[in-house]
Amino acid sequence: MYAGKSVKRVDALDKVTGRTRYTDDLCDRSAYIARILHSTIANGRVVSIDTSEAEKVPGVVKILTCFDLKEKHYFPTAGHPWSTDPAHQDVADRLVLTERVRFYGDDIAAVVAEDEVAAAQALRLIHVEYEEYPFVLDVQKAMEDGAPLLHEEYPNNILKHTQIRNGDYEKAIQEPGLIRVEGWYETPVVQHCHIENFICYAEMEGDRIHVVSSTQIPHIVRRIVGQALGIEWGRVRVVKPYIGGGFGNKQDILYEPLCAWLCMQIGGHLVKLDVPREETFVCNRTRHSIRNHIISWVRPDGTYAARKLESFSDQGAYASHGHSICAKGAGAFPQLYPCDNVEVDAYTVFTNKPVAGAMRGYGIPQAMWAVESHTEDVAAAIGADPLEFRRRNLMPVGYKDDFSKNENYSDSFNQCLDKAMKAIDYERKVKEYEHQTGDVRRGIGMAVFWYNTAVWPISLESSSCRMVLNQDGSFQLQIGETEIGQGADTAFAQMAADVVGVPMEKVHVVSCQDTDVTPFGTSAYASRQTYVAGFSIRQTGLLLKERILDYAHLLTRMPVFNLDIEDGNIVRTTDGRKLMTLAELATEALYSLTDSRHITAESTYQIKSNAYSFGCTIAEVEVDIPMCKARLLNVVNCHDAGKLINPALAEAQVHGGMSMGIGFGLTEKLIFDEKTGRPLNNNLLDYKLSTFLDHPRLMAEFVENPEPTSAFGTKSLGEPPACSVAPAIRNAIFHATGVAVNNAPADAHNLFRAFTEAGLIHDER
Amino acid sequence: MYDIKALYEAESIPDAVRLLQEHPEAQIIAGGSDVLVQIREGKRAGAELVSIYGIDEMRGVCLDGEGAIRIGSLTSFSHIAASPVIREHIPVLGEAVSLVGGPQIRNIGTIGGNTCNGVTSADSASTLFAWDAEVELTGPEGIRRIPIREFYIRAGKVDLKPAELQTAILIPKKAYEGYHGNYIKYAMREAMDIANLGCSVNVSLTGDKKTIRDVRIAYGVAGPIPMRAETAEKTARGREVNPETVKAFARAVLEDIHPRDSWRAAKAFREHIAVEMAKRALTTSITLAGGEIRE
Repeated sequence: MYAGKSVKRVDALDKVTGRTRYTDDLCDRSAYIARILHSTIANGRVVSIDTSEAEKVPGVVKILTCFDLKEKHYFPTAGHPWSTDPAHQDVADRLVLTERVRFYGDDIAAVVAEDEVAAAQALRLIHVEYEEYPFVLDVQKAMEDGAPLLHEEYPNNILKHTQIRNGDYEKAIQEPGLIRVEGWYETPVVQHCHIENFICYAEMEGDRIHVVSSTQIPHIVRRIVGQALGIEWGRVRVVKPYIGGGFGNKQDILYEPLCAWLCMQIGGHLVKLDVPREETFVCNRTRHSIRNHIISWVRPDGTYAARKLESFSDQGAYASHGHSICAKGAGAFPQLYPCDNVEVDAYTVFTNKPVAGAMRGYGIPQAMWAVESHTEDVAAAIGADPLEFRRRNLMPVGYKDDFSKNENYSDSFNQCLDKAMKAIDYERKVKEYEHQTGDVRRGIGMAVFWYNTAVWPISLESSSCRMVLNQDGSFQLQIGETEIGQGADTAFAQMAADVVGVPMEKVHVVSCQDTDVTPFGTSAYASRQTYVAGFSIRQTGLLLKERILDYAHLLTRMPVFNLDIEDGNIVRTTDGRKLMTLAELATEALYSLTDSRHITAESTYQIKSNAYSFGCTIAEVEVDIPMCKARLLNVVNCHDAGKLINPALAEAQVHGGMSMGIGFGLTEKLIFDEKTGRPLNNNLLDYKLSTFLDHPRLMAEFVENPEPTSAFGTKSLGEPPACSVAPAIRNAIFHATGVAVNNAPADAHNLFRAFTEAGLIHDER
Repeated sequence: MYDIKALYEAESIPDAVRLLQEHPEAQIIAGGSDVLVQIREGKRAGAELVSIYGIDEMRGVCLDGEGAIRIGSLTSFSHIAASPVIREHIPVLGEAVSLVGGPQIRNIGTIGGNTCNGVTSADSASTLFAWDAEVELTGPEGIRRIPIREFYIRAGKVDLKPAELQTAILIPKKAYEGYHGNYIKYAMREAMDIANLGCSVNVSLTGDKKTIRDVRIAYGVAGPIPMRAETAEKTARGREVNPETVKAFARAVLEDIHPRDSWRAAKAFREHIAVEMAKRALTTSITLAGGEIRE
């Protein structure tokens, strides 16, 4: 058995030796270079673009502007499965180039040149004339009457408003003796900061367009490139090589349509579009900044009588993933701490900011920042122990969600809390840090998180797999689900080897997806891949095995029910005798003069289930009050992701997510000039992504309750590690100082404000 | 791909001067960790460059005939941090330059480049200001030596005459002998960052370690160029080593500094941190000098 073992990554050797080829490595050097001209106003219209000077730059091939776009094919960008029901389709509000500018950085023209230098020189020489409109950057101001309107079809800039009404909130709050706790909690705009910026290239082959892209979702890219160009989807071929991270940014269609369109405008010559980091911050996708307002009515015994959440999600200028993100957080609210009387209002609102899309956690890190900060505030308000208060109110075992049919099968929360507490020595520290005084104080805090797996029943869940047997008894595994650095290929190989009964080295995972060849799949998002691929790998593996054993019967005359494949051999189960190797069988099958067969298997599995995936973080900080600094001393995450396919990879996944959570909690935010809407810190120096030196040793713990709905007992782990780290840090700072930082991140600027307000620091004069 | 019009590689200091005379528009490039970034940003796109990176005579740290610490301008931050001369006589400079960027930048970046950029945030600059460093400039007219405080003219502008290059930084013996110092870099993360504020302090105590014989304090990012806080120095000079002196010294820096209000940090925040840094850097310096601050 390979599942459950920390086997070496299948791509380890290539990656550590630098042999792995990424999009830029694969692009032929004859490629023309495309660069995009972005708007330098936040709202308005392009009146004219003068390219005459730029066209004189030697090496410029062609300059195309928004006025060259003759056929306007509006397209959606979210990397969601398509819906055949128009009511459930993503909002199609993008064009490859736009005259109507909606944020500082919108795409208004592009240069195609022979090299980067010529392209950059030409960009600087293009003159644009705008008609400027007033703009709005604040999510709630954008909802006010008379605010600048971004899209005519959405009054008050509200893309969507959804509600949840459970019980009777208004009546419930009349109960005598309730304690009311209210808070506003806000998270900033942050960006994924994957190492490999978005890059793609395109060229024509006959009348087809061939796009190679650093994407998480090649089959979705094919559909959307087709929609954006107004051509049949079969004329589009998309190839996804290894990628240097995605984290949800590449679960969106970024510039594949523009690159393909530019290529077609210049006769199909190879064009490469390699987005600089500064543009990646602003012109790709960001994490939605969400302002949450929570009111809780608590009984003195520590139970909830009624709760209310208002959630304002800043969509930025275009719909992208739209309301799904805010809705996910809002949907988690009544489930995490169930309460009979709940009101939720969730709004997703357009502003003149960069477009927010999917980012690891998909709304849950924002929601947990609010909910878990608030949980701490409620415990403090009623004088309860924050740990016991959580244990008392968290979703109980047996809880069932009517919509998703998800069920809380195990006592994951308590088990995870117990394990995390032990790892970080919680009980001792929480006592030791009581009643501190002085400039430097320590604290310890926790947060839990709610998560699920995959997108059923909101969207399609299916996975397709193909296995092709080789003469030597090895086989290729092809699947629509993608390797994006997380180790998916390794997990797939482990599962496939177990199902078919071969040594793992006999499974050759075809890592690259090519929509001309790879079975259909919607790929990497929603922490779904190990879960959904498990179904199709198991089903296809069993199909392959059936065909192999059928041929083994032909060669051995033994009944199929007395045969099995073990460690790459055909074995008679009644006496354990090895009858032949799979290699002997495969060679005979292919070259037999009497009954030649190419043994392959392919199948699609439609998944109609989903699974809860829960866990927690405990963080320990040291706060230097006069210096306005919080340093993370220790941090532990504990997850119940079901049965782990590869514990070492699972641990690495948790480390990566924790790192993102640390930046989210302590340093990261993208900021904008209030006067112009211009992004101010869209580079890796001024945007404070946390570094190794900002991290303590990251501890990852697991509880393995096998998920009963799953083909291999597993459930989501991709996004969950990023969900609870930031509020745990916030609660640790609260424990250390008594100061609640409700606007993430708890960086020096916010701590200076908070400590000044709390009277912990004074003007020195 | 960088937008560079031409690159001339100098083989010696006279060769560099000649190349700079022949190409008056050219920009000097040493390690390139700032120049190449600026070219990429388009600020110096299309520039002619004179590379001095191959002039090995400008590398290394030694004591000259008069006992001054001589740091060749091309010496990298990593080499300064590892230099036995620096470790023995002015360890704080090694500590300060070890806070620049990350390991790769410290291997390629040079102290000459760090100071010739004329930026206020340079991690080496506040310490060089605080230790009365001098710069050696070589040009067509020969060699001249000026205090680093005169070398900085305004933000981004240093006193380099046409065809002149900085060839060394010197710290005279009287400026370091008997002094002990501390540098605090205040940034938003622990590595790969630029200082929001830098503070370098050093002291010389009397023989009984009870009195501050001399104290010097310099800041980066407290003004458009690195600067000394002279009121604070005067406040503490000759005073007894005790908490009141430290407090008075720290408070007095507000008379001297004028940090900016910007999106990177608010003025009130920078002022608050500057005072705290002065307090801590002086306390550490006194401790290193063998003094004790008794309540």
